Amino acid sequence: MTKLVVSRMLQAIPTLWVIATLTFFMTRYAPGGPFDSEKAIPEEIKVKLESHFGLDQPLFYQYLRYLKNLLQGDLGPSFKYPEWEVSELISTAFPVSLTLGSLSLLIALLIGIPAGMIAALRKNSWIDYLPMSLSMIGICLPTFVLGPILIYTLSTQLRIFPPLGWYGLSDWVLPSLTLGLFYAAYIARLTRAGMLETLQLDYIRTARAKGASSWRILFKHAARGGLLPVLTFLGPAFAGLISGSFVIESIFFIPGLGKFFVTAAFNRDYTMVLGTVLFYASLIILLNLTVDLLQAWLDPRARQER
Amino acid sequence: MKSSSSSLGRDAWHRLRANRMAMISLYLLAGISLVSLLGPFLCPYSYEQQDLDHIFQSPDKNHLFGTDNLGRDLFARTTHGGRISLAVGLLATMVSLVIGVTYGMLSGYVGGRIDAWMMRAVDVLYSLPFIIFVILLMVLFGRNFLLLFLAIGAVEWLTMARITRAQTLNLKHAEFVEAARALGYSHARILFRHLLPNLIGPIIIYATLTVPAVMLLEAVLSFLGLGVQAPMSSWGSLIKEGAEKMDAAPWLLFFPGAFFCLTLFTLNFLGDGLRDAFDPKSSNE
Amino acid sequence: MFRTKPSPLLHKFFVIGKSWIFLCTLCSCTQPSNVETALDEQILHFGLGSEPQYFDPHLATSVAAHNIISALLEGLVSEDPKTLKPIPGIAQSWEISDDGKIYTFTLRENSRWSNGDPVTAHDFVYSFHRILNPNLGAQYASMLYPLKNAKPLHLGLKSSEDYELGAKALSDHLLELTLEYPIPYFLELLNHYSWFPVHQPTIEKFDAYEKIGTAWTKPMNFVGNGPFCLRNHHINSVIEVAKNESYWDAKNVRLQGIRFYPIEEVYTEERAYRTGFLHLTQSVSADRIDFLREKYPGELHSEPYLGTYFYRFNNKIPPFNDQRVRRAFSLAIDRKRLVEKVLQGGQSPATTFTPPGTGGFYPNASLHFDPNEARSLLNSYLREKGMDKLPPIELTYNTSEGHKKVAEALYGMWKEILGVEIHLLNMEWKVFLSTVAKGEFTLARAGWIGDYIDPHTFLQMWRTGDGLNMTGWSNDLYDNALQKAETSISQEERWANFQICEDLLAKESPILPLYFYVHLTLRHPSVKGWHPTLLDHHPYKYVYLEKGTTND
Repeated sequence: MTKLVVSRMLQAIPTLWVIATLTFFMTRYAPGGPFDSEKAIPEEIKVKLESHFGLDQPLFYQYLRYLKNLLQGDLGPSFKYPEWEVSELISTAFPVSLTLGSLSLLIALLIGIPAGMIAALRKNSWIDYLPMSLSMIGICLPTFVLGPILIYTLSTQLRIFPPLGWYGLSDWVLPSLTLGLFYAAYIARLTRAGMLETLQLDYIRTARAKGASSWRILFKHAARGGLLPVLTFLGPAFAGLISGSFVIESIFFIPGLGKFFVTAAFNRDYTMVLGTVLFYASLIILLNLTVDLLQAWLDPRARQER
Repeated sequence: MKSSSSSLGRDAWHRLRANRMAMISLYLLAGISLVSLLGPFLCPYSYEQQDLDHIFQSPDKNHLFGTDNLGRDLFARTTHGGRISLAVGLLATMVSLVIGVTYGMLSGYVGGRIDAWMMRAVDVLYSLPFIIFVILLMVLFGRNFLLLFLAIGAVEWLTMARITRAQTLNLKHAEFVEAARALGYSHARILFRHLLPNLIGPIIIYATLTVPAVMLLEAVLSFLGLGVQAPMSSWGSLIKEGAEKMDAAPWLLFFPGAFFCLTLFTLNFLGDGLRDAFDPKSSNE
Repeated sequence: MFRTKPSPLLHKFFVIGKSWIFLCTLCSCTQPSNVETALDEQILHFGLGSEPQYFDPHLATSVAAHNIISALLEGLVSEDPKTLKPIPGIAQSWEISDDGKIYTFTLRENSRWSNGDPVTAHDFVYSFHRILNPNLGAQYASMLYPLKNAKPLHLGLKSSEDYELGAKALSDHLLELTLEYPIPYFLELLNHYSWFPVHQPTIEKFDAYEKIGTAWTKPMNFVGNGPFCLRNHHINSVIEVAKNESYWDAKNVRLQGIRFYPIEEVYTEERAYRTGFLHLTQSVSADRIDFLREKYPGELHSEPYLGTYFYRFNNKIPPFNDQRVRRAFSLAIDRKRLVEKVLQGGQSPATTFTPPGTGGFYPNASLHFDPNEARSLLNSYLREKGMDKLPPIELTYNTSEGHKKVAEALYGMWKEILGVEIHLLNMEWKVFLSTVAKGEFTLARAGWIGDYIDPHTFLQMWRTGDGLNMTGWSNDLYDNALQKAETSISQEERWANFQICEDLLAKESPILPLYFYVHLTLRHPSVKGWHPTLLDHHPYKYVYLEKGTTND
């Protein structure tokens, strides 16, 4: 197990390097630059602005300098808001997204996993159809529809929850519900599918034949293999959740990370794009590793690998 | 286990036919596709024809689904948008399915160092900035409808690959795989004839979950200028526009949303049906 | 018996109901909204629309930045809250020489920076030198070009040792500005933030004289001379300013503070307004106007805004290299219908490029809806080229709900009247900008908001080779007339020359004016002292909050 962790950590270094390199050159070759605006800037001013940010040097030199700073943990100042460091902006926004993402995931798991398990146990009965149809609603109503619906009902009409902002506990409810219900649907369906697979495996059948109760089978045996697809889905999904959701943040006016991901690309804020991408990549690597570890723990046979 | 592919398919079809929900869904899906294709002939208006004197009309006998902000007939726009959404949703999902499943099975089956690096490549692709990627694609290749599939395919197969790989790792030491190996079958045969049918449950389910994601991603891409151009529309864009005006003109959300939901429901039950039909174990029950 | 006690299900509903009520009391529904508490606190909750880039007046370029900077800093003159006419600001009075070239400002003795330092004439001279320093790379430095020697100094053609800038501190409170040539609207110019002073010791402390992105504009560091000082800044969340007690006119400032919220999503902003989170919104979606007008009568305001929405033709490539086709496209548009049926926000149809009444100039219009003339112009072009119809025309616009709606409406009009097929191409903003700047378009959407209230801010951009022209159009008569208007001080002569410019724009149609902007906003009745102005400037020192249903 330790060996797996160590080798994955070592693999992370070249992976991050590839990501940084690709992202660096992709952003530079995208049309439009950070200083383009509707009022065209005279050439001589543009030159000055570029030299402020070191954009006048050869691209490859800029790349090397970026890597050098990166190794020292310096992501540089944002191009759009140069009085702020990229790391400063990320570290202010991340706690917000982490809270929102974790709450949403909690909601999603609390709804999704029981619903999927019960549905699998009573396949093709109304206990199956009901939660599964409800979970379809979560998929049919994308966040940009569900968000406004929840706001109109629970906020504008009934005035139970605030419609926007991120100031107190009551502000957390609607956005995490919106995001959570969406993911709950995915989790419920994947749980059901995974459980159906394992419930038919030989060792479960044996357990059943031996007269074990269905609850015991469910938790002791089937859950291990059956949660595999959900678990795999959750790695990148959780990374996505805690790195912020642009749609939710715009609808509810939440100062999270998701907004930076999108606006940085639109503003051609080179350092911010790189900063957010590397941050997200680290999360992905970390969470996919966690998933693989959990997977090995859940499934002894996979542990023999590597 | 020695059944030939044709009989595998025939058995599956037989089992699918016996599944009432799945068959109803199949007919419904065919119905939705037909309406989307024949929309222009069912309605006297075209999707782009404006009537500035009748904007935001609620549904009546002239305009079955009402009209939008430029007085265009929403029935015409919904059915026209359906063609695009169905085409993109189904085709792009198929693409991501094929790539993701093949990649994931190979990675999991081969294992070891190759598996590790194949998965790191997936990590890299997860992380690249999607907006910039799409913008660059358009710069390099111009505005091309095929690019839409490429851009969507590039992101949607990743989770599919990881799920498939996890299932493969889980099953590669199962008795039936060991048995097939002992019998000296080729790797390709083991992969596609023995492993795949046992993985297919979660894969089909995830594929049906990918369809709505793809349809909505299409709306994001048209924001960047890739994909359908105004005045054409798609379900994703119609729903997005309707969502914000639901208190003033609910029909703008309701009708495209209803088509979207109905399609997803049918795909869902169809997916469940297919899963059961292809399940090699279900025949023993 | 069956009915003796409530069924478990019903009971559950009661419990759920109770817990909802409990939650209700826990949450904010019982708390008064921002708008309600603001009456006592005198805090204005302001929808800012977007996160401003730079609070540094010499670097800022956006409307959002103006809204912040005008709370934090004050220039030589201030604005009348209704007409925006220059009134005494940091300067309590001024004298203008007979030839209109020398302005002498007498500064207030009691005007202070927020750290207590006096505001002096030297601060202004220092600030003008800073924005004109070529190494700073200030985008709005050209606003100061009317000052003597400003242009050569800024372009680095001359050094400040040999050439003196036309700005001199005669004493601590006496400032003399010398112009290159007389400008009738010079005092109006001074209200632009590029002319605002910065606090020299602060700039030096952060080494910000010619550096971008230093920390001097952060809340704890900012030293200003305006009615408010910067308290808090959380990117994408809130910018908070509080009353500046050392401001010279602090006793007349009634607001205790302003909170600016950069809510970009227009529907989110609308919801924020409707739930009492905001006093006023930055914008309103065109599709919501009817609905909101009915639901919030008297709160939806449509106010004239000094700007023109137009399309650029690419004058270099066929078919728009022929003025007949350009004019045909222009005449085929029913602007009145566009404004009334599509935009619906009280905009007015643009039959000239300069909005009528700009600085008192009312241009004669010669662009009218004339489908027959449009068709015959196009036909004459087609006959000459031996074509049946035009190939499809690409219309490029940057992605936005509003631009799309206008483009779609024009698509319909051109198809109906000229039988031309239009391909709409939407682009992400930066891609759009670089595409237009490179001239890789056929027909592209554009808009222009005046920087000051004079026709010059509009008509200057069609000069041959101007950075904003981008149409490839060039006309000697136009350049001449513009030159004459620029150097003349007789209003009659200026108007006559501007009219020549307008006539040429109509005749040759290098561009396609569509409509004149309005500023659409939701504003709460309790906001007083807030008046519609052409530049959407609202000097905050006159604003206050008071219960009442009508706006004064």
